[in-house]
Amino acid sequence: MPPSTLAIAMIIPDTKTYLLVGSVLAVLAAATAVGQVLKRRLDAGLNPAIVEQFHLRVRTWWLMCTVLAAAFIVGREITVVLFGLISFWSLREFITLTPTRPGDHRALFWVFFVITPLQYVLVGLEEYSLYSILIPVFGFLFITARVSFSGDPKRFLERTAKIMAGLMICVYCLSFAPALLSLPPKGKPIDENARLLFFFVLVVQFADIAHYLWGKLLGKRLIAPEVSAGRTWEGFLGGIASATLFGTVLWWSVPLTAWQAACLSALTATAGMAGGMTMSAIKRDRGVKDYGTLVVGHGGVLDRIDSICFAAPVFYYAVRVMLDQWPTG
Amino acid sequence: MLSRWPRRLSEYNFRQGDGTSFSNVIERPARSKTLAPLPDDFANRGWFARLTASVLAGTAKLISGASARWIDCQPDTCQRVYFANHTSHLDAVVIWAALPPEVRSLARPVAAADYWEKNAIRRYLAHQVFNALLIDRLKVKVHQSPVDLMLRAIGDRYSLIVFPEGGRTSGEELGEFKSGLYYLSKKRPELELVPVHIDNVNRVLPRGEVLPVPLLSCITFGPPIYLEHREPKAEFLRRARDAVLRLKEM
Repeated sequence: MPPSTLAIAMIIPDTKTYLLVGSVLAVLAAATAVGQVLKRRLDAGLNPAIVEQFHLRVRTWWLMCTVLAAAFIVGREITVVLFGLISFWSLREFITLTPTRPGDHRALFWVFFVITPLQYVLVGLEEYSLYSILIPVFGFLFITARVSFSGDPKRFLERTAKIMAGLMICVYCLSFAPALLSLPPKGKPIDENARLLFFFVLVVQFADIAHYLWGKLLGKRLIAPEVSAGRTWEGFLGGIASATLFGTVLWWSVPLTAWQAACLSALTATAGMAGGMTMSAIKRDRGVKDYGTLVVGHGGVLDRIDSICFAAPVFYYAVRVMLDQWPTG
Repeated sequence: MLSRWPRRLSEYNFRQGDGTSFSNVIERPARSKTLAPLPDDFANRGWFARLTASVLAGTAKLISGASARWIDCQPDTCQRVYFANHTSHLDAVVIWAALPPEVRSLARPVAAADYWEKNAIRRYLAHQVFNALLIDRLKVKVHQSPVDLMLRAIGDRYSLIVFPEGGRTSGEELGEFKSGLYYLSKKRPELELVPVHIDNVNRVLPRGEVLPVPLLSCITFGPPIYLEHREPKAEFLRRARDAVLRLKEM
């Protein structure tokens, strides 16, 4: 492909992208319309809390899709920066919720102002061999060492584990979402990878909303009442089935066969549900319902992206396997 | 008997002496005779100080992630004393930043002179930006007690931000209140005493640290309290302390 064609292909989205964005807009418009109808029928005996939840989710969808679409048009770097900011904010919520001791202060400063930005700089530079080990290896070594140097041994393992969990969930895992944009081979039009990222966000969010609706419609058997009073096996399975169907219908937008898309969607949706469940457990342990209600006036970013955090690395490596691009050597 | 003290100066009828007015209940205290009111330079400060103030307030809000909650209390430009628990160096700045701009420019944090007089930048910030009232902890004069200085500093226009615990506490326990708040409202009983609870700022910048960690904190403003007629000092101070503690639970 001559360089000029390549440049144009990177700027102008192809037909498939238009189709994908168009169908998403159509679904969103339909969801908004349903929401409006539900709002008018509130007196007809519908639970207002459920309608409110529905609205909240639809609004998040609009926001996410608008921001993603805007980021695609402006470029890969902007998308990476955007995910970096989301990581920073959700880590802020995570650590605020987690009790730390004054001895952790310096380590936390490094976590927020060095490790988190560095991870996203490496993702931006497409240094896969570095960003895939930065936090689990060097971040782990550094944090445990830095906390020990601060001279406070009280509940040492517990404290370092909490900081590490925050970094892994909010920064490391989430950074695999923008990393999708630099899937090899290098130099291919960004559109294909951008559609993969879009597909990923859509499937996870769809699984979330489907899980919620199935749970409300059929939910009976709670998975773990101590962890979450709303998560049922019916919702869990219904969510995965719906998301698989959804992903299969959208197979044409990604460079995979329909079968691969179905497997990928099922896997991603399962990981996303597991993420929601895990974050639920952390929240219950700390005695809060939402990260958003933790501090009044701040929307709970972590509440909205918990499933994305967990599903991102699973999706990333599954796609690499399916495209036969498993990192070797 | 009044259910509450009059809240605004305008409500407070000093002249009326017909026996029905509360001017009989509250004796307007004579302003301190030793200290004349100061000329108000701060109201005429330059554009640079104003710009610095808004930039600093924005930065403080960004770093501390502070959200302000007002419970049974609204931001107002009337004369108030905001009293809060003290957990971090940043406390005064965070409360000051949490106030809306027009209220903020009238609020004077009370701070230690030995820290803020140290160099030119700190002096500039203290005098031109925060309009802080600097108290010299080392030499408290007989006729210039901190309470007299505070009364002179607020005149009939400004509000104060004070930390009645005296020193910073670890952030877990709220210490006993010092008596300044009591003497302040004894001389100016119409001042609204607004309890403020600061949550999590001590984790943003713990004692002895220089670099902040951007966690989320919360500033809660509660319903004003007033010194009741003939209320004993200890009882009033306990009530004030409870008012701050109660906000922690809300």
